[in-house]
Amino acid sequence: MSYYFTILSPTDTPIFNIAFGTSKSGGDGIARFRFPDTAQYMNQFIIHSSLDIVEETQWTNGGMYLKHIDTYPPAAAYISAFLTPSGARFLLLHQPPQLPASNSSSLGASSLLGASGSTTRASSSSIAANPTSPQTEEAVRQFMNEIYESYVKTAMSPFYKQGMEIRSPVFRTKVTAAGKKWL
Amino acid sequence: MSATKASRIGEEIWKTRIDKVNAELVTLTYGTIVAQLCQDYDSNYQDVNKQLDKMGYNIGMRLIEDFLAKSGVGRCANFRETADMIAKVGFKIFLNVAPTVTNWSSDNNQFSLIFDENPLADFVELPDDGRAQDELWFSNILCGVLRGSLEMVQMQIEAHFVSDVLRGDDTTEMRVSLVRYIEDEMPPEEE
Repeated sequence: MSYYFTILSPTDTPIFNIAFGTSKSGGDGIARFRFPDTAQYMNQFIIHSSLDIVEETQWTNGGMYLKHIDTYPPAAAYISAFLTPSGARFLLLHQPPQLPASNSSSLGASSLLGASGSTTRASSSSIAANPTSPQTEEAVRQFMNEIYESYVKTAMSPFYKQGMEIRSPVFRTKVTAAGKKWL
Repeated sequence: MSATKASRIGEEIWKTRIDKVNAELVTLTYGTIVAQLCQDYDSNYQDVNKQLDKMGYNIGMRLIEDFLAKSGVGRCANFRETADMIAKVGFKIFLNVAPTVTNWSSDNNQFSLIFDENPLADFVELPDDGRAQDELWFSNILCGVLRGSLEMVQMQIEAHFVSDVLRGDDTTEMRVSLVRYIEDEMPPEEE
């Protein structure tokens, strides 16, 4: 599973981005998205396009963690969201790994995208393979909560201004660690 | 007076005679002051350090009175005793930390205070403009406080930070050196 995590300020400015891969079930923590390296901006497109749904959901749901709220089937991407009371949005895009194509290897890359939609819902309950399972929702919740804690500390720094890009290396390390721990 | 006795006194006063305030209030207020100074001085960190020291000096000159009233301690016999009093009583009752006194110079006129924790610097990350890490002493107000308060009890000292965990150093260390004892001087004759 590959992840792309973004924090958006209340005015929709991205203030933090990070891409990482799963460290569970033997993952090496390196993101491998299905887009070619030249098309990494797709992650940002997909994440930002889910904002409408976030805004629709945020008043109907009492909690801060909105779970998995959006999917983008062409890329088999799933979006989970977490809202802070001050209006910052934490968005996590997860994309399950391309399964080893046993039957479609001859059909080329285009069919893989189509096929993956059905295969990801397959039986496995491991976090890496099934983005909508309760286990995954729970892992993402833990991840979000941990980030929220670090985010609060970072935002408390007197030299940080609301809505400013988070450049703190400490924060980045903590996000990476949380990703490694929960996802 | 031994260092352990000083610790005991500090502990006792802290428990019984000190009004406590919320730590975040102190941290955020101090942080805001420093951030505002950085802005006012256009990130000229030398000037910010100087200004913090001056603010501390003015605090120290008044704080010493409060310190003596609360602690009821008498005159220190030598500079070593003064150091323990600062670390174990002074810092303890005002900031609830007790820095370690160490690295004495051979003439007993210089020592270091090592801060294991620094309530002023919680949450703080220095600006990453490439200079703050080398130039700004975030907690410099403490140097001024020591300078101001000791001056009021006839000791001229010089204090500065030599390392700070905020800058990525392993410890936060302040170097304090005694310049001289201020003798009572007759006012210049008026004729």
